Amino acid sequence: MRRRPRPLTVPRVLHLAAGLAVGYLLVPLVGLVGNVPWRELPRLLGDPLVLDAMRLSAITSIGATVLAAVLGLPLAVVLARSSFPGRRLVRGLVLLPLVLPPVVGGAALLFALGRGGILGAPLYRATGLVLPFSTAGAVLAATFVSLPFLVVTVEAALAGLDPRRELAAATLGAGSWTILRRVTLPAVAPSVASGLLLTWARALGEFGATITFAGNLPGRTRTLPLAVFVALEHDRPKAVALGLLLVVVALGVLVALRGRWWRTS
Amino acid sequence: MSRSWRRARTARPRLRSPGIVVLVALLAACGGDGRTTLTVSAAASLADAFGEIETAFEARHPDVDVILNLGGSATLREQILAGAPVSVFASADLETVSDFVEEGRFERWVVFASNRLTIGVPAGNPAGITSLRDLARPDLAVGLCAPEVPCGRVARRVLDAAGVDVRPVTEELDVRALVTKLEAGELDAGLVYRTDVPAAAIDEVPLPTGLPADTEYVIGVISGGPESELAGRFVRFVRSRDGERILERHGFGR
Repeated sequence: MRRRPRPLTVPRVLHLAAGLAVGYLLVPLVGLVGNVPWRELPRLLGDPLVLDAMRLSAITSIGATVLAAVLGLPLAVVLARSSFPGRRLVRGLVLLPLVLPPVVGGAALLFALGRGGILGAPLYRATGLVLPFSTAGAVLAATFVSLPFLVVTVEAALAGLDPRRELAAATLGAGSWTILRRVTLPAVAPSVASGLLLTWARALGEFGATITFAGNLPGRTRTLPLAVFVALEHDRPKAVALGLLLVVVALGVLVALRGRWWRTS
Repeated sequence: MSRSWRRARTARPRLRSPGIVVLVALLAACGGDGRTTLTVSAAASLADAFGEIETAFEARHPDVDVILNLGGSATLREQILAGAPVSVFASADLETVSDFVEEGRFERWVVFASNRLTIGVPAGNPAGITSLRDLARPDLAVGLCAPEVPCGRVARRVLDAAGVDVRPVTEELDVRALVTKLEAGELDAGLVYRTDVPAAAIDEVPLPTGLPADTEYVIGVISGGPESELAGRFVRFVRSRDGERILERHGFGR
């Protein structure tokens, strides 16, 4: 796989198709950047509502990443290291949010965790806690859609690990906790890091599940993507400015992931 | 191997800049059965009424396929400004299209229906809301439309006039999204249109007369839009006796 022979010739039609694909990815970016009101940029990005959205996005995306780590790392280890009935089913379940339209995920969360939901109703009666329309709700929505990125990345890394080191540690008398802490996790640490970064990026970009489950309120649930959507309705320069900000963040993520998630040969 | 490559033909889509344009163009191209398509952008609150108008219009014009593009009026407006090939635009208020009127983006336009804001509550009114003043209760989850969209603008006008200070928990971008959250019982109350109530699983607490809760819907033929002659016929049908009957049945006023 790694050492493939250099392809001598590629059918010319492929170059054409590849060029189209590149163009299709590039043209929207050019459209966005070409519309950036550079002079007004500081004013637009310094707007209190925009700063609110940035703050909220930081809170929700980091919150979702932490929650995904707490929930996702054990799941990845269990999926990779133990066999149990229904393991394939669980793996499919993990992948579901990747292929499910986020707005469906948001509606499902509403019916499950809302005030009248199967889990939300008893929670509300017991504690008075209401998750929809709250920042906590926005964190939960982002966690739902971004969790697979962490689980899939870490599980793949664990599956690719040479089991001999863990076996050696076991023969030397290490317990399962020690092996996990001292051998397994350090070996997959780079993958955990890139998984966390991907998770964070997905959480930052989350829109559909958030607006459906958590609603849209400045300062509470209106994250950057929602702010872009609202700005598109009445203030296009602001929408473009926010869009540029998110593109820059996305490029930063790709730079941080270079060589790990995509090869720089 | 290489033969099959050569035989494969690449599709070369023409690129147009804003994605919305491509999307609406795709929508418009969907009626590929020889019928002429007529794209009508209509405010979300018109969804049910215009669905019926679409059916009735198509029954009279079997060679025409009406495509309804429903959404918040502000979104629809931006789509048209971005060059979406829309023939008719029905907005939930005049304010959204004031510059369309001033700058001649409408070939012709007319106020064709009216609506009124009302307090929407989940079925059975579990929070026991009796007046607009109740919406200020801090223990309630109240939703409004965002101030950028027509239903949000009227809502704020009404609340200002009544001197009621509401802290909404969400600002939805079209009235249907607000209705959905009322139906789910996640909101205790929200200011929606009177016409939203019958079709949804929600109840209403009417606003007292005297509050500026009335809105006017505007419909117009987009200047230079596709099928402008047919667009004119659609608008005339909306305003015909049959069109008016459909609108009335869905609770719209004249």
